[in-house]
Amino acid sequence: MGVVFDKISTRDAFGSALSELAREDENIMYLSADTINSVGGSLMHSEYPNRAINVGIAEQNMALMAAGMAASGAKVFIATYAVFASMRICEQVRTFIAYPNLDVKIVAGLGGLSGGIEGVTHQGTEDIAIMRAIPNMCVVAAADAASTKVITKAIAHYDGPVYLRLGRGPSPAVFDENYEFEFGRANVIRSYGNDVTFFSYGATINRCLQASEMLNKEGIYCRVIETPSLKPFDTEMVLKSVNETSLLVTVEDHNIIGGLGSAVAEALCGKNLTTPCLNIGLNDHYGVSGECEELLDYYGMSAESIVQKVKAKLK
Amino acid sequence: MKNIRELEAVATKIRKNIIEMSYLCKRAAHPGPALSCADIVAALYFRFMDVDSENPLKFDRDRFILSKGHASPVIYATLCEKGFFEKKEFNLLRHPGGILQGHPTFGSTPGVDMTTGSLGNGLGIGLGMAYYLKLKNQKSKVYVILGDGELNEGTVWEAIMYAPVKKLNNLIAFVDKNGFQSSGPCNDILPQRCFLEQFRSFGWDAIEIDGHNMNQIIDAIETANNSVDKPTVIIANTVKGKGVSFMENDNSWHQKILSEELYEKALSELSGV
Repeated sequence: MGVVFDKISTRDAFGSALSELAREDENIMYLSADTINSVGGSLMHSEYPNRAINVGIAEQNMALMAAGMAASGAKVFIATYAVFASMRICEQVRTFIAYPNLDVKIVAGLGGLSGGIEGVTHQGTEDIAIMRAIPNMCVVAAADAASTKVITKAIAHYDGPVYLRLGRGPSPAVFDENYEFEFGRANVIRSYGNDVTFFSYGATINRCLQASEMLNKEGIYCRVIETPSLKPFDTEMVLKSVNETSLLVTVEDHNIIGGLGSAVAEALCGKNLTTPCLNIGLNDHYGVSGECEELLDYYGMSAESIVQKVKAKLK
Repeated sequence: MKNIRELEAVATKIRKNIIEMSYLCKRAAHPGPALSCADIVAALYFRFMDVDSENPLKFDRDRFILSKGHASPVIYATLCEKGFFEKKEFNLLRHPGGILQGHPTFGSTPGVDMTTGSLGNGLGIGLGMAYYLKLKNQKSKVYVILGDGELNEGTVWEAIMYAPVKKLNNLIAFVDKNGFQSSGPCNDILPQRCFLEQFRSFGWDAIEIDGHNMNQIIDAIETANNSVDKPTVIIANTVKGKGVSFMENDNSWHQKILSEELYEKALSELSGV
Protein backbone atom coordinates (compact mmCIF):
# COMPACT_ATOMS: atom_id res chain seq x y z
CA MET A 1 0.00 0.00 0.00
CA GLY A 2 1.67 3.20 -1.16
CA VAL A 3 1.51 6.38 0.87
CA VAL A 4 -0.11 9.36 -0.83
CA PHE A 5 0.25 12.69 0.86
CA ASP A 6 -2.51 15.31 0.98
CA LYS A 7 -2.10 18.35 -1.23
CA ILE A 8 -2.70 20.65 1.72
CA SER A 9 -1.75 20.50 5.39
CA THR A 10 -4.22 19.89 8.21
CA ARG A 11 -3.58 23.49 9.25
CA ASP A 12 -4.70 24.79 5.87
CA ALA A 13 -7.64 22.40 5.84
CA PHE A 14 -8.67 23.82 9.19
CA GLY A 15 -8.32 27.36 7.82
CA SER A 16 -10.48 26.54 4.84
CA ALA A 17 -13.25 25.08 7.04
CA LEU A 18 -12.95 27.99 9.44
CA SER A 19 -13.46 30.58 6.73
CA GLU A 20 -16.62 28.77 5.61
CA LEU A 21 -17.88 28.67 9.18
CA ALA A 22 -17.10 32.36 9.68
CA ARG A 23 -19.39 33.22 6.79
CA GLU A 24 -22.22 31.27 8.36
CA ASP A 25 -21.86 32.44 11.94
CA GLU A 26 -20.98 36.05 12.67
CA ASN A 27 -20.21 35.22 16.31
CA ILE A 28 -17.16 33.19 15.30
CA MET A 29 -13.86 34.81 16.24
CA TYR A 30 -10.31 33.65 15.60
CA LEU A 31 -7.29 34.67 17.64
CA SER A 32 -3.70 33.79 16.98
CA ALA A 33 -0.41 34.55 18.70
CA ASP A 34 1.73 35.47 15.70
CA THR A 35 0.47 32.24 14.13
CA ILE A 36 -2.25 33.71 11.92
CA ASN A 37 -0.60 32.41 8.76
CA SER A 38 0.87 29.26 10.23
CA VAL A 39 -2.28 27.94 11.89
CA GLY A 40 -4.95 28.56 9.31
CA GLY A 41 -6.15 32.11 10.00
CA SER A 42 -5.18 33.95 6.84
CA LEU A 43 -8.28 33.10 4.79
CA MET A 44 -10.68 34.27 7.48
CA HIS A 45 -8.51 37.31 8.13
CA SER A 46 -8.67 38.35 4.49
CA GLU A 47 -12.47 38.40 4.66
CA TYR A 48 -12.97 39.49 8.27
CA PRO A 49 -9.90 41.35 9.49
CA ASN A 50 -11.68 42.40 12.68
CA ARG A 51 -12.79 38.89 13.55
CA ALA A 52 -9.53 37.07 12.85
CA ILE A 53 -6.83 38.87 14.77
CA ASN A 54 -3.22 38.45 15.72
CA VAL A 55 -2.48 39.48 19.30
CA GLY A 56 1.28 39.16 18.93
CA ILE A 57 3.59 36.64 20.54
CA ALA A 58 1.46 36.49 23.65
CA GLU A 59 -0.34 33.16 23.93
CA GLN A 60 -1.62 33.80 27.43
CA ASN A 61 -3.25 37.05 26.39
CA MET A 62 -4.73 35.25 23.38
CA ALA A 63 -6.31 32.62 25.63
CA LEU A 64 -7.58 35.21 28.09
CA MET A 65 -9.07 37.38 25.37
CA ALA A 66 -10.80 34.29 24.02
CA ALA A 67 -12.24 33.61 27.46
CA GLY A 68 -13.51 37.19 27.68
CA MET A 69 -15.05 37.02 24.22
CA ALA A 70 -16.68 33.67 24.88
CA ALA A 71 -18.04 34.93 28.20
CA SER A 72 -19.66 37.67 26.12
CA GLY A 73 -21.28 35.25 23.69
CA ALA A 74 -18.66 34.63 21.01
CA LYS A 75 -17.57 31.27 19.63
CA VAL A 76 -13.81 31.58 19.60
CA PHE A 77 -11.05 29.62 17.89
CA ILE A 78 -7.57 30.21 19.25
CA ALA A 79 -4.67 28.87 17.27
CA THR A 80 -1.08 28.24 18.17
CA TYR A 81 1.27 25.26 18.39
CA ALA A 82 0.54 22.23 20.53
CA VAL A 83 3.34 22.86 23.01
CA PHE A 84 2.06 26.36 23.70
CA ALA A 85 -1.61 25.41 23.50
CA SER A 86 -1.20 22.65 26.06
CA MET A 87 1.53 24.06 28.29
CA ARG A 88 2.22 27.77 27.85
CA ILE A 89 -1.48 28.53 28.31
CA CYS A 90 -2.42 25.47 30.32
CA GLU A 91 -3.69 27.41 33.31
CA GLN A 92 -5.61 29.94 31.23
CA VAL A 93 -7.23 27.06 29.38
CA ARG A 94 -8.05 25.17 32.56
CA THR A 95 -9.22 27.97 34.84
CA PHE A 96 -10.69 30.56 32.48
CA ILE A 97 -11.92 28.49 29.54
CA ALA A 98 -12.67 24.95 30.71
CA TYR A 99 -13.77 25.68 34.28
CA PRO A 100 -16.43 28.19 33.15
CA ASN A 101 -17.17 25.79 30.26
CA LEU A 102 -16.78 28.50 27.64
CA ASP A 103 -17.13 28.04 23.92
CA VAL A 104 -13.46 28.20 22.96
CA LYS A 105 -11.76 25.85 20.52
CA ILE A 106 -8.04 25.46 21.06
CA VAL A 107 -6.48 24.61 17.74
CA ALA A 108 -3.01 23.16 18.13
CA GLY A 109 -0.78 22.91 15.10
CA LEU A 110 2.49 20.96 15.24
CA GLY A 111 0.94 18.22 17.36
CA GLY A 112 2.99 15.16 18.19
CA LEU A 113 6.26 14.81 16.30
CA SER A 114 5.07 16.99 13.42
CA GLY A 115 7.06 19.91 14.85
CA GLY A 116 9.85 17.77 13.45
CA ILE A 117 12.98 19.61 12.47
CA GLU A 118 12.36 22.37 15.05
CA GLY A 119 13.09 19.90 17.81
CA VAL A 120 11.58 19.43 21.23
CA THR A 121 10.57 23.06 21.80
CA HIS A 122 8.03 22.68 19.00
CA GLN A 123 7.01 19.05 19.41
CA GLY A 124 3.80 18.61 21.37
CA THR A 125 4.11 15.07 22.61
CA GLU A 126 2.40 15.46 26.01
CA ASP A 127 -0.58 17.56 24.94
CA ILE A 128 -3.22 14.83 24.89
CA ALA A 129 -2.35 13.73 28.42
CA ILE A 130 -2.49 17.28 29.75
CA MET A 131 -5.73 18.21 28.03
CA ARG A 132 -7.44 14.94 28.89
CA ALA A 133 -6.95 15.70 32.58
CA ILE A 134 -8.91 18.94 32.39
CA PRO A 135 -12.63 18.62 33.27
CA ASN A 136 -15.12 19.87 30.64
CA MET A 137 -12.46 19.66 27.94
CA CYS A 138 -13.04 17.60 24.82
CA VAL A 139 -9.86 16.35 23.14
CA VAL A 140 -9.83 15.65 19.43
CA ALA A 141 -7.13 14.82 16.88
CA ALA A 142 -7.34 14.91 13.09
CA ALA A 143 -5.41 12.53 10.84
CA ASP A 144 -5.43 14.30 7.49
CA ALA A 145 -6.85 17.22 5.52
CA ALA A 146 -10.22 15.65 4.70
CA SER A 147 -10.95 14.64 8.27
CA THR A 148 -9.71 17.99 9.57
CA LYS A 149 -12.37 19.81 7.57
CA VAL A 150 -15.13 17.57 8.90
CA ILE A 151 -13.87 17.73 12.48
CA THR A 152 -13.48 21.51 12.40
CA LYS A 153 -17.11 21.91 11.41
CA ALA A 154 -18.27 19.36 13.96
CA ILE A 155 -16.49 21.02 16.87
CA ALA A 156 -17.76 24.41 15.75
CA HIS A 157 -21.30 23.13 16.17
CA TYR A 158 -20.57 22.02 19.73
CA ASP A 159 -20.96 24.62 22.47
CA GLY A 160 -18.01 24.17 24.83
CA PRO A 161 -14.23 23.88 25.09
CA VAL A 162 -12.42 21.60 22.66
CA TYR A 163 -8.73 20.92 22.06
CA LEU A 164 -8.03 20.04 18.42
CA ARG A 165 -4.65 18.56 17.59
CA LEU A 166 -3.36 19.15 14.06
CA GLY A 167 -0.08 18.41 12.32
CA ARG A 168 2.28 20.59 10.36
CA GLY A 169 2.86 19.65 6.73
CA PRO A 170 0.61 17.64 4.40
CA SER A 171 -0.28 14.31 6.05
CA PRO A 172 -0.62 10.92 4.42
CA ALA A 173 -4.14 10.90 2.99
CA VAL A 174 -6.37 8.40 4.77
CA PHE A 175 -9.89 9.75 4.49
CA ASP A 176 -12.09 11.58 2.00
CA GLU A 177 -14.96 14.04 2.18
CA ASN A 178 -17.31 11.26 3.34
CA TYR A 179 -15.47 11.06 6.65
CA GLU A 180 -17.76 11.15 9.67
CA PHE A 181 -16.97 12.48 13.11
CA GLU A 182 -18.88 12.22 16.34
CA PHE A 183 -17.68 13.08 19.84
CA GLY A 184 -17.04 9.90 21.80
CA ARG A 185 -17.13 7.65 18.75
CA ALA A 186 -14.25 5.63 17.32
CA ASN A 187 -14.22 4.75 13.62
CA VAL A 188 -13.55 1.21 12.42
CA ILE A 189 -11.60 1.83 9.22
CA ARG A 190 -10.33 -1.71 8.49
CA SER A 191 -11.77 -4.97 9.65
CA TYR A 192 -9.92 -8.04 8.39
CA GLY A 193 -10.32 -10.32 11.36
CA ASN A 194 -10.11 -11.06 15.05
CA ASP A 195 -6.42 -11.37 15.86
CA VAL A 196 -5.31 -7.81 16.52
CA THR A 197 -7.07 -4.48 17.05
CA PHE A 198 -5.10 -1.33 16.38
CA PHE A 199 -6.20 1.92 17.99
CA SER A 200 -4.59 5.05 16.66
CA TYR A 201 -5.16 8.69 15.71
CA GLY A 202 -3.45 11.42 13.75
CA ALA A 203 -0.10 10.87 12.09
CA THR A 204 0.19 7.18 12.97
CA ILE A 205 -3.11 5.98 11.50
CA ASN A 206 -1.69 5.26 8.05
CA ARG A 207 1.15 3.31 9.62
CA CYS A 208 -1.33 1.07 11.40
CA LEU A 209 -3.09 0.54 8.09
CA GLN A 210 0.20 -0.45 6.47
CA ALA A 211 1.09 -2.74 9.36
CA SER A 212 -2.31 -4.42 9.21
CA GLU A 213 -1.87 -5.10 5.48
CA MET A 214 1.52 -6.65 6.14
CA LEU A 215 0.21 -8.77 8.99
CA ASN A 216 -2.75 -9.94 6.93
CA LYS A 217 -0.33 -11.34 4.39
CA GLU A 218 1.19 -13.39 7.15
CA GLY A 219 -2.16 -14.69 8.31
CA ILE A 220 -2.55 -12.35 11.27
CA TYR A 221 -5.88 -10.63 10.75
CA CYS A 222 -6.31 -7.15 12.09
CA ARG A 223 -8.79 -4.38 12.50
CA VAL A 224 -7.82 -0.73 12.62
CA ILE A 225 -9.82 1.74 14.67
CA GLU A 226 -9.34 5.47 14.46
CA THR A 227 -9.93 7.35 17.71
CA PRO A 228 -10.25 11.02 16.73
CA SER A 229 -12.20 11.70 19.93
CA LEU A 230 -9.75 11.03 22.75
CA LYS A 231 -12.15 12.59 25.21
CA PRO A 232 -14.96 11.74 25.40
CA PHE A 233 -13.58 8.32 24.56
CA ASP A 234 -15.34 5.37 22.97
CA THR A 235 -14.90 2.90 25.81
CA GLU A 236 -17.58 0.64 24.35
CA MET A 237 -15.49 0.15 21.25
CA VAL A 238 -12.54 -0.84 23.42
CA LEU A 239 -14.61 -3.35 25.37
CA LYS A 240 -16.08 -4.74 22.18
CA SER A 241 -12.62 -5.10 20.67
CA VAL A 242 -11.13 -6.71 23.73
CA ASN A 243 -13.85 -9.32 23.66
CA GLU A 244 -13.43 -10.03 19.99
CA THR A 245 -9.68 -9.94 19.38
CA SER A 246 -6.55 -11.46 20.90
CA LEU A 247 -4.38 -8.34 21.19
CA LEU A 248 -5.01 -4.62 21.53
CA VAL A 249 -2.35 -2.27 20.17
CA THR A 250 -2.28 1.49 20.60
CA VAL A 251 -0.04 3.59 18.38
CA GLU A 252 0.44 7.34 18.82
CA ASP A 253 3.07 10.04 18.43
CA HIS A 254 2.68 10.99 22.06
CA ASN A 255 4.18 9.94 25.34
CA ILE A 256 2.83 6.47 26.17
CA ILE A 257 1.88 7.98 29.55
CA GLY A 258 -1.48 9.73 29.53
CA GLY A 259 -2.39 9.45 25.87
CA LEU A 260 -4.44 6.95 23.88
CA GLY A 261 -2.69 4.01 25.54
CA SER A 262 -3.84 5.29 28.91
CA ALA A 263 -7.37 5.98 27.65
CA VAL A 264 -7.63 2.36 26.49
CA ALA A 265 -6.18 1.10 29.77
CA GLU A 266 -8.67 3.23 31.71
CA ALA A 267 -11.49 1.70 29.70
CA LEU A 268 -10.27 -1.80 30.52
CA CYS A 269 -9.45 -1.18 34.16
CA GLY A 270 -11.48 -3.30 36.53
CA LYS A 271 -12.90 -5.55 33.84
CA ASN A 272 -10.77 -8.59 34.78
CA LEU A 273 -9.76 -9.16 31.19
CA THR A 274 -6.80 -11.19 30.09
CA THR A 275 -6.35 -9.81 26.58
CA PRO A 276 -2.87 -8.29 26.35
CA CYS A 277 -2.40 -4.67 25.40
CA LEU A 278 0.61 -3.17 23.65
CA ASN A 279 1.27 0.59 23.82
CA ILE A 280 3.47 1.96 21.06
CA GLY A 281 4.55 5.59 21.22
CA LEU A 282 7.24 7.67 22.87
CA ASN A 283 8.45 5.75 25.89
CA ASP A 284 8.53 8.68 28.29
CA HIS A 285 11.28 10.61 26.53
CA TYR A 286 11.66 13.69 24.33
CA GLY A 287 12.12 13.71 20.59
CA VAL A 288 14.98 15.03 18.49
CA SER A 289 15.06 17.20 15.39
CA GLY A 290 14.10 15.42 12.21
CA GLU A 291 11.40 15.22 9.56
CA CYS A 292 8.08 14.03 10.95
CA GLU A 293 7.83 10.79 9.00
CA GLU A 294 11.49 10.10 9.65
CA LEU A 295 10.97 10.55 13.39
CA LEU A 296 7.99 8.22 13.44
CA ASP A 297 10.28 5.56 11.96
CA TYR A 298 13.09 6.54 14.32
CA TYR A 299 10.88 5.98 17.34
CA GLY A 300 9.63 2.57 16.32
CA MET A 301 6.44 3.54 14.57
CA SER A 302 7.30 2.39 11.06
CA ALA A 303 4.91 -0.26 9.72
CA GLU A 304 7.73 -2.80 9.83
CA SER A 305 8.57 -2.02 13.42
CA ILE A 306 4.91 -2.16 14.45
CA VAL A 307 4.60 -5.55 12.74
CA GLN A 308 7.65 -6.86 14.60
CA LYS A 309 6.35 -5.66 17.95
CA VAL A 310 2.93 -7.20 17.35
CA LYS A 311 4.40 -10.54 16.33
CA ALA A 312 6.69 -10.58 19.35
CA LYS A 313 3.73 -9.88 21.61
CA LEU A 314 1.63 -12.60 20.01
CA LYS A 315 4.33 -15.25 20.50
CA MET B 1 -27.95 57.52 40.06
CA LYS B 2 -26.67 58.12 43.55
CA ASN B 3 -25.00 61.31 44.73
CA ILE B 4 -21.70 61.48 46.60
CA ARG B 5 -23.16 61.20 50.08
CA GLU B 6 -25.36 58.29 49.09
CA LEU B 7 -22.43 56.53 47.46
CA GLU B 8 -20.36 56.95 50.59
CA ALA B 9 -23.18 55.37 52.58
CA VAL B 10 -23.33 52.48 50.09
CA ALA B 11 -19.56 51.99 50.42
CA THR B 12 -19.97 51.73 54.18
CA LYS B 13 -22.75 49.21 53.72
CA ILE B 14 -20.49 47.20 51.44
CA ARG B 15 -17.74 47.30 54.05
CA LYS B 16 -20.16 46.05 56.68
CA ASN B 17 -21.18 43.22 54.38
CA ILE B 18 -17.51 42.33 53.88
CA ILE B 19 -16.98 42.15 57.63
CA GLU B 20 -20.20 40.23 58.16
CA MET B 21 -19.46 37.52 55.64
CA SER B 22 -15.85 37.26 56.76
CA TYR B 23 -17.13 36.54 60.27
CA LEU B 24 -20.22 34.48 59.47
CA CYS B 25 -18.45 32.02 57.18
CA LYS B 26 -16.05 31.11 60.02
CA ARG B 27 -13.32 30.62 57.46
CA ALA B 28 -10.35 32.71 56.46
CA ALA B 29 -11.50 35.09 53.74
CA HIS B 30 -9.60 38.15 52.51
CA PRO B 31 -11.13 41.20 54.25
CA GLY B 32 -8.09 43.51 53.92
CA PRO B 33 -7.82 43.59 50.11
CA ALA B 34 -11.63 43.73 49.82
CA LEU B 35 -11.89 46.83 51.99
CA SER B 36 -9.27 48.74 50.00
CA CYS B 37 -11.35 48.81 46.82
CA ALA B 38 -14.85 49.07 48.36
CA ASP B 39 -15.30 52.73 47.41
CA ILE B 40 -14.45 52.12 43.76
CA VAL B 41 -16.78 49.13 43.50
CA ALA B 42 -19.56 51.11 45.21
CA ALA B 43 -19.20 53.93 42.69
CA LEU B 44 -19.17 51.54 39.73
CA TYR B 45 -22.23 49.55 40.69
CA PHE B 46 -24.32 52.32 42.20
CA ARG B 47 -23.60 55.18 39.83
CA PHE B 48 -22.20 53.95 36.55
CA MET B 49 -22.84 50.34 35.66
CA ASP B 50 -25.88 49.14 33.77
CA VAL B 51 -26.61 45.74 35.32
CA ASP B 52 -29.88 44.00 36.13
CA SER B 53 -30.29 41.51 38.97
CA GLU B 54 -33.39 40.16 37.21
CA ASN B 55 -31.39 39.49 34.05
CA PRO B 56 -27.76 39.08 35.14
CA LEU B 57 -26.55 37.91 31.72
CA LYS B 58 -28.22 40.53 29.52
CA PHE B 59 -25.93 41.11 26.57
CA ASP B 60 -25.81 44.90 26.67
CA ARG B 61 -24.80 45.17 30.33
CA ASP B 62 -21.59 46.71 31.58
CA ARG B 63 -19.02 44.20 32.84
CA PHE B 64 -16.95 44.11 35.99
CA ILE B 65 -13.93 41.90 36.52
CA LEU B 66 -12.29 41.64 39.90
CA SER B 67 -8.90 40.56 38.64
CA LYS B 68 -7.57 40.56 42.21
CA GLY B 69 -10.11 37.82 42.83
CA HIS B 70 -9.03 37.04 46.39
CA ALA B 71 -10.85 40.26 47.32
CA SER B 72 -14.06 38.38 46.47
CA PRO B 73 -15.94 39.64 49.57
CA VAL B 74 -16.12 43.10 47.99
CA ILE B 75 -17.95 41.89 44.88
CA TYR B 76 -20.16 39.52 46.87
CA ALA B 77 -20.99 42.35 49.29
CA THR B 78 -21.86 44.63 46.39
CA LEU B 79 -23.89 42.14 44.36
CA CYS B 80 -25.90 41.26 47.46
CA GLU B 81 -26.58 44.94 48.05
CA LYS B 82 -27.67 45.20 44.39
CA GLY B 83 -30.17 42.38 44.91
CA PHE B 84 -28.45 39.59 42.99
CA PHE B 85 -28.78 37.16 45.90
CA GLU B 86 -29.77 37.09 49.55
CA LYS B 87 -27.61 37.81 52.53
CA LYS B 88 -28.05 34.33 53.95
CA GLU B 89 -25.49 33.18 51.35
CA PHE B 90 -22.78 34.91 53.42
CA ASN B 91 -22.82 31.98 55.84
CA LEU B 92 -21.72 29.60 53.12
CA LEU B 93 -18.87 31.68 51.71
CA ARG B 94 -16.06 29.19 51.02
CA HIS B 95 -18.29 26.21 51.97
CA PRO B 96 -19.53 23.31 49.84
CA GLY B 97 -23.12 23.89 48.80
CA GLY B 98 -22.87 27.68 48.77
CA ILE B 99 -22.93 29.96 45.75
CA LEU B 100 -19.98 32.05 46.97
CA GLN B 101 -16.77 30.29 46.00
CA GLY B 102 -13.47 31.33 47.56
CA HIS B 103 -12.74 33.32 44.45
CA PRO B 104 -15.31 34.81 42.04
CA THR B 105 -16.78 32.16 39.79
CA PHE B 106 -18.76 32.78 36.62
CA GLY B 107 -21.87 30.63 36.63
CA SER B 108 -21.78 30.06 40.38
CA THR B 109 -22.71 33.51 41.65
CA PRO B 110 -25.36 35.58 39.82
CA GLY B 111 -23.82 38.85 38.71
CA VAL B 112 -20.21 37.67 38.57
CA ASP B 113 -19.17 38.39 34.99
CA MET B 114 -16.09 36.20 34.94
CA THR B 115 -14.07 33.73 36.96
CA THR B 116 -10.96 35.25 38.53
CA GLY B 117 -8.58 34.62 41.37
CA SER B 118 -5.51 33.32 39.69
CA LEU B 119 -3.70 36.64 39.53
CA GLY B 120 -2.69 38.35 36.32
CA ASN B 121 -5.54 37.15 34.15
CA GLY B 122 -8.42 39.60 34.53
CA LEU B 123 -7.13 42.37 32.27
CA GLY B 124 -6.69 40.04 29.29
CA ILE B 125 -10.20 38.72 29.86
CA GLY B 126 -11.55 42.28 30.07
CA LEU B 127 -9.66 43.11 26.91
CA GLY B 128 -11.36 40.24 25.06
CA MET B 129 -14.75 41.36 26.34
CA ALA B 130 -14.15 44.99 25.43
CA TYR B 131 -12.99 44.06 21.93
CA TYR B 132 -15.93 41.78 21.23
CA LEU B 133 -18.57 44.09 22.68
CA LYS B 134 -17.24 46.98 20.64
CA LEU B 135 -17.20 44.82 17.52
CA LYS B 136 -20.86 44.06 18.25
CA ASN B 137 -21.59 47.80 18.50
CA GLN B 138 -22.43 47.66 22.19
CA LYS B 139 -22.02 50.69 24.43
CA SER B 140 -20.96 48.45 27.30
CA LYS B 141 -17.97 49.39 29.40
CA VAL B 142 -15.64 46.79 30.88
CA TYR B 143 -14.17 47.67 34.28
CA VAL B 144 -11.28 45.66 35.69
CA ILE B 145 -9.76 46.04 39.15
CA LEU B 146 -6.17 44.90 39.52
CA GLY B 147 -4.05 44.76 42.63
CA ASP B 148 -0.73 46.61 42.66
CA GLY B 149 1.06 43.39 43.63
CA GLU B 150 -0.75 41.70 40.75
CA LEU B 151 1.23 43.84 38.32
CA ASN B 152 4.15 41.51 39.10
CA GLU B 153 2.46 39.07 36.72
CA GLY B 154 3.73 39.16 33.13
CA THR B 155 0.33 38.34 31.67
CA VAL B 156 -0.95 41.73 32.82
CA TRP B 157 1.64 43.42 30.65
CA GLU B 158 0.66 41.41 27.59
CA ALA B 159 -2.82 42.90 27.96
CA ILE B 160 -1.48 46.37 28.74
CA MET B 161 0.49 46.22 25.48
CA TYR B 162 -2.40 45.11 23.32
CA ALA B 163 -5.40 47.14 24.53
CA PRO B 164 -4.22 50.49 23.07
CA VAL B 165 -3.43 48.82 19.73
CA LYS B 166 -7.13 48.14 19.36
CA LYS B 167 -8.12 51.60 20.68
CA LEU B 168 -10.35 50.07 23.33
CA ASN B 169 -11.82 53.17 24.95
CA ASN B 170 -14.46 50.93 26.56
CA LEU B 171 -11.85 49.22 28.74
CA ILE B 172 -11.20 50.88 32.09
CA ALA B 173 -8.69 49.41 34.52
CA PHE B 174 -8.11 50.33 38.14
CA VAL B 175 -4.96 49.58 40.07
CA ASP B 176 -5.94 49.25 43.73
CA LYS B 177 -2.62 50.53 45.01
CA ASN B 178 -2.74 49.57 48.67
CA GLY B 179 0.97 48.89 48.81
CA PHE B 180 0.80 45.31 50.04
CA GLN B 181 0.82 41.87 48.55
CA SER B 182 0.46 38.52 50.25
CA SER B 183 3.95 38.25 51.66
CA GLY B 184 4.64 41.91 52.48
CA PRO B 185 4.97 45.47 51.20
CA CYS B 186 5.04 45.57 47.39
CA ASN B 187 8.07 47.82 47.34
CA ASP B 188 10.12 45.38 49.39
CA ILE B 189 9.38 42.54 47.00
CA LEU B 190 9.33 43.89 43.47
CA PRO B 191 9.73 47.66 43.72
CA GLN B 192 7.04 49.52 41.84
CA ARG B 193 7.96 52.05 39.21
CA CYS B 194 5.59 54.85 38.37
CA PHE B 195 2.47 53.11 37.10
CA LEU B 196 1.20 56.32 35.50
CA GLU B 197 4.24 56.65 33.28
CA GLN B 198 4.36 52.95 32.56
CA PHE B 199 0.77 52.78 31.36
CA ARG B 200 1.09 56.03 29.39
CA SER B 201 4.21 54.79 27.64
CA PHE B 202 2.18 51.80 26.46
CA GLY B 203 -0.50 54.10 25.05
CA TRP B 204 -3.06 54.29 27.84
CA ASP B 205 -4.68 57.33 29.37
CA ALA B 206 -3.78 57.31 33.04
CA ILE B 207 -5.26 59.13 36.03
CA GLU B 208 -4.09 59.01 39.63
CA ILE B 209 -6.56 59.48 42.48
CA ASP B 210 -7.18 58.96 46.16
CA GLY B 211 -9.10 55.69 45.96
CA HIS B 212 -11.18 56.56 49.01
CA ASN B 213 -12.29 60.00 47.84
CA MET B 214 -15.67 59.56 46.19
CA ASN B 215 -15.43 62.86 44.32
CA GLN B 216 -12.15 61.85 42.75
CA ILE B 217 -13.38 58.35 41.97
CA ILE B 218 -16.44 59.67 40.15
CA ASP B 219 -14.50 62.30 38.22
CA ALA B 220 -11.94 59.74 37.12
CA ILE B 221 -14.55 57.23 35.95
CA GLU B 222 -16.41 59.95 34.06
CA THR B 223 -13.20 60.99 32.33
CA ALA B 224 -12.40 57.36 31.49
CA ASN B 225 -15.90 56.72 30.18
CA ASN B 226 -15.53 59.66 27.79
CA SER B 227 -12.21 58.56 26.33
CA VAL B 228 -12.30 58.76 22.56
CA ASP B 229 -9.82 56.15 21.48
CA LYS B 230 -7.75 54.88 24.39
CA PRO B 231 -8.17 52.53 27.31
CA THR B 232 -7.83 54.27 30.65
CA VAL B 233 -6.17 53.18 33.85
CA ILE B 234 -7.08 54.77 37.16
CA ILE B 235 -4.29 54.40 39.69
CA ALA B 236 -6.09 54.48 43.01
CA ASN B 237 -4.00 55.10 46.10
CA THR B 238 -5.72 53.12 48.79
CA VAL B 239 -5.29 51.74 52.29
CA LYS B 240 -5.42 47.98 52.79
CA GLY B 241 -8.16 47.24 55.33
CA LYS B 242 -9.65 50.75 54.93
CA GLY B 243 -12.45 51.58 57.37
CA VAL B 244 -11.54 49.14 60.13
CA SER B 245 -8.86 50.61 62.37
CA PHE B 246 -7.14 47.41 63.38
CA MET B 247 -7.04 46.15 59.78
CA GLU B 248 -5.68 49.31 58.17
CA ASN B 249 -2.19 48.74 56.83
CA ASP B 250 -1.88 45.54 58.87
CA ASN B 251 -1.08 42.94 56.24
CA SER B 252 -1.98 40.06 58.53
CA TRP B 253 -5.57 40.88 57.51
CA HIS B 254 -4.76 39.92 53.94
CA GLN B 255 -6.41 36.64 54.90
CA LYS B 256 -7.61 35.84 58.40
CA ILE B 257 -10.62 34.64 60.39
CA LEU B 258 -12.43 37.31 62.42
CA SER B 259 -13.07 36.58 66.09
CA GLU B 260 -16.45 37.58 67.53
CA GLU B 261 -14.86 40.37 69.52
CA LEU B 262 -13.08 41.89 66.54
CA TYR B 263 -16.16 41.40 64.40
CA GLU B 264 -18.22 43.48 66.87
CA LYS B 265 -15.46 46.09 67.03
CA ALA B 266 -15.23 46.34 63.23
CA LEU B 267 -18.98 46.67 62.84
CA SER B 268 -19.29 49.31 65.51
CA GLU B 269 -16.49 51.33 63.88
CA LEU B 270 -18.22 51.14 60.52
CA SER B 271 -21.50 52.15 62.14
CA GLY B 272 -19.77 55.19 63.58
CA VAL B 273 -20.64 54.12 67.11
